Amino acid sequence: MEIGNLFAEASQNAGVVDLDFLVLTIISMAIFLLVFTLVLVFCIRYRRGSNAKRGRLPEIMRREIEAGWTAGTVFLALFIFWWAVAAPAALQGQPAPALKIHIYAKQWMWQVEHPNGAREINTLHLPVGTPVHLLMTSQDVIHSFYVPAFRAKHDVLPDRIVELEFLPTKIGTFHLFCAEFCGTAHSQMTGQVIVMRQEDYAHWREVQPQSETLAAEGAALFHSLGCSGCHDPASAVHAPDLRGVFGHIVQLQGGRQVVADEAYVRDSILLPDKDIVAGFAPIMPSFSNVVNNGQIESLIAYIRSLSPQESAQ
Amino acid sequence: MSDITAGAYEYSRTPSIGAVDNYLTHGRTLRSWLVTTDHKRIGILYALSITVFFFIGAIAMAIVRLDLITPAPDLVSDDTYNKLFTLHGIVMVWFFLIPSIPATFGNFMLPLMIGAKDVAFPRLNLTSWYLFVIGALFTIGCIVAGGVDTGWTFYTPYSSQYSHGFVIPAAAGVFITGFSSILTGLNFITTIHSLRTPGMHWFRLPLFVWAMYTTSAVMILATPVLAMTLLLMSAERFFGIPIFDPARGGDPLLFQHLFWFYSHPAVYIMILPAMGVVSEIFTCYARRRIFGYSFMVYCMVGIAVVGFFVWGHHMFVAGQSPFANLVFSFMSFVVAVPSAIKVFNWTATLYRGQITFESPFLYCLGFLWLFTFGGLTGLVLATVPLDVHLTDTYFVVAHFHYIMVGGSVSAFFAALHYWWPKITGRMYDEAWARFAAILMFFGFNLTFFPQFIMGYAGMPRRYHAYAPEFQIFHVLSTAGAAVLGAAYALPALYLLWSLRRGERAGPNPWCATGLEWQTESPPPRDNFRTPPVVVAAPYQYHSETHGPDYQHRDIERAQGTV
Ligand code: HEC
Ligand SMILES: [Cu+2]
Ligand SMILES: [Cu+2]
Repeated sequence: MEIGNLFAEASQNAGVVDLDFLVLTIISMAIFLLVFTLVLVFCIRYRRGSNAKRGRLPEIMRREIEAGWTAGTVFLALFIFWWAVAAPAALQGQPAPALKIHIYAKQWMWQVEHPNGAREINTLHLPVGTPVHLLMTSQDVIHSFYVPAFRAKHDVLPDRIVELEFLPTKIGTFHLFCAEFCGTAHSQMTGQVIVMRQEDYAHWREVQPQSETLAAEGAALFHSLGCSGCHDPASAVHAPDLRGVFGHIVQLQGGRQVVADEAYVRDSILLPDKDIVAGFAPIMPSFSNVVNNGQIESLIAYIRSLSPQESAQ
Repeated sequence: MSDITAGAYEYSRTPSIGAVDNYLTHGRTLRSWLVTTDHKRIGILYALSITVFFFIGAIAMAIVRLDLITPAPDLVSDDTYNKLFTLHGIVMVWFFLIPSIPATFGNFMLPLMIGAKDVAFPRLNLTSWYLFVIGALFTIGCIVAGGVDTGWTFYTPYSSQYSHGFVIPAAAGVFITGFSSILTGLNFITTIHSLRTPGMHWFRLPLFVWAMYTTSAVMILATPVLAMTLLLMSAERFFGIPIFDPARGGDPLLFQHLFWFYSHPAVYIMILPAMGVVSEIFTCYARRRIFGYSFMVYCMVGIAVVGFFVWGHHMFVAGQSPFANLVFSFMSFVVAVPSAIKVFNWTATLYRGQITFESPFLYCLGFLWLFTFGGLTGLVLATVPLDVHLTDTYFVVAHFHYIMVGGSVSAFFAALHYWWPKITGRMYDEAWARFAAILMFFGFNLTFFPQFIMGYAGMPRRYHAYAPEFQIFHVLSTAGAAVLGAAYALPALYLLWSLRRGERAGPNPWCATGLEWQTESPPPRDNFRTPPVVVAAPYQYHSETHGPDYQHRDIERAQGTV
């Protein structure tokens, strides 16, 4: 359990960030000490009535010194900037068949979906030593996914998919925080990141309730809500066949194209007028007042299961 | 007055003739205050209003800090907690810090320092104060109605669609107050351009005047953007016009860009005046000309200009392109350079001085320490990979309190103690004042230093409940806040006391060189009985050829006009 450890470094990046911080702290302390040693010395030496030499400032003190420390500060600032940019650049180009995990943030919880469909809430299980690629979106306001031990953070925006990559290097349990103020229970929008040995993770993932169960629920809803009345290939209504849609390119009216991902399917159900599939009339009603979040997840799982290679991923 | 060197003291030795006839005795009714166009009285009206707000903001934070003693969210409810820190932020930023030095000491001192009778548009000046009050009423109305919980940053879509608080009244308060800033800025710039007394060339202006000039420019250019941002946000909230709502084609990040386009320069609205104050006081108590006057001026102008191009450093993790991150990071390093040069120049001003340690100087030393520390941690935050880890944690909270409270508020108190004799004509108890200055410094560090540590450990800001390992830092911080609270309350006591019992100050108790000291304390309604003429650069604390001596100070004290 690493949670009590204030400064745990648990990702490849963490060490780099800490080193950056250390170097900057040393430089800052040097500047700070320089300034305040001078202030102290002057305050003592030139206190009123002391018999230190006064007189006018030497000429060199005016021009050269002024120009000198101006140039010095400029140079130092540029150097730190260059150095800070160079350091993370060296990290780039990780060889990465990364593990892609979806994160759905909403007031006030983190929903996680693993590649095989395993889901969890406010916990994130990860294998150690494997690059992780998070695809995150929010269902309401802006949140921010923050794991201090990984020194990793990214805001999670509504209607946008944002990405965050890191490589966990340490087994243990770490804090997951929401770092962007998101309303009443912002401070309770926390969770745990559990980094496990790779085989433990594989095993953990297998024994999770799979999305098949969700998909089955979704199938039932698909009938009970009347979706099948239009979308069933045998139906008389002219509506797209949803088999093979998920994960593929959809042609929209107006010539745009989108990849049918979760957000797209969600929008199709909640805001059907937003993107109209080319060649169809906008007759699909919105279900935004009919289905709750859980039911949408089930419907999405079902539609995903209609695209075989997607659900097998 | 012949010049502002030796001759100045000549003048100040003459007993203050019109002790009865000054701006305070010029009309004694409440009405005479409420319809006054005297910049000095308006400065005091502002001072009284922001003091009220300072205590409202402080009380809100006191409750928050008490709640944070334990990890559990026990003292108040989640919503109340969110409303309290929002209130603290809104009140402290817009109703205290932004007007603090410019609207009080700027109003009072600026015309005096350039030898003018008043500001260029005295009635507009009063209008600014009324706008401030109307904005303040909206804010108080919002608090009374039940508060607002968006944080002072009003981020959308939370503020525009999800918050249940009184967002629109709060935004209206800030919106209206913004016009007060704009008009004040306009007034100051016109005043400095057109009302300088003969001989007061641009490069003879005291640095405080330059500070007011650059601050005003930033106010005029940045505040309209804030007004616009708040209007757009209110339009989305009130009329449902989708501007920031991504579900309907809006852009959720647009708000942040607009907001920080104002709010980063706003930091300089708060710190430039502080820099002006410190330059006045360092020179006075070191009896030394300012080191590198023209550099000090260029630095302030540089800060004001470059300050407009760094707003994106608030958004490194918001989803802005990596290239933009790089550019904003670079600009943030650039803007640090002039601030650093100013710190070096203040330090060099002490060299070969005749330093005495009166309370205004102590406050300024506190400023120097806290501002330098805050600035250096700013470099940490300007470094993208570090900011990714630290943004939205207590590290940021600590950083900006070091700058805005450690820096600006220390300078505010320095200014208050420095100019108090001029404003009221009375001296306060110096021992108490020194004690308060030292107490404030230690209280401040105890409050905010622990926040750097817990921030680096990952404690997010705006958290009502938190993980137990952070408790020790919160307890320290709350203890510090208690000390700090006492240090803020103390001046209220001994300054009030000085109003009745304080020794008479005489025109120039510090033997300072600024024009404001060349007239009586308190100054007459029209500032100067004879218009001053300036013949030399400011800060003539010693002759060109000799270092500062101090004899005249003692003579001055002995012959004081008490
Ligand atoms: C009244 C008939 C009707 C009903 C009921 C209906 N839909 Fe649709 N749906 C359509 C039509 C027509 C389109 C194509 C036009 C469009 O994009 O709006 C469509 C499009 C879609 C799409 C996008 C398909 C693609 O090829 O990109 C999805 C996904 C979808 N519907 C899911 C559902 C679900 C889930 C339900 C039940 C909750 C449902 N629909 C109910 C008529 C219907
Ligand atoms: Cu959140
Ligand atoms: Cu949150």
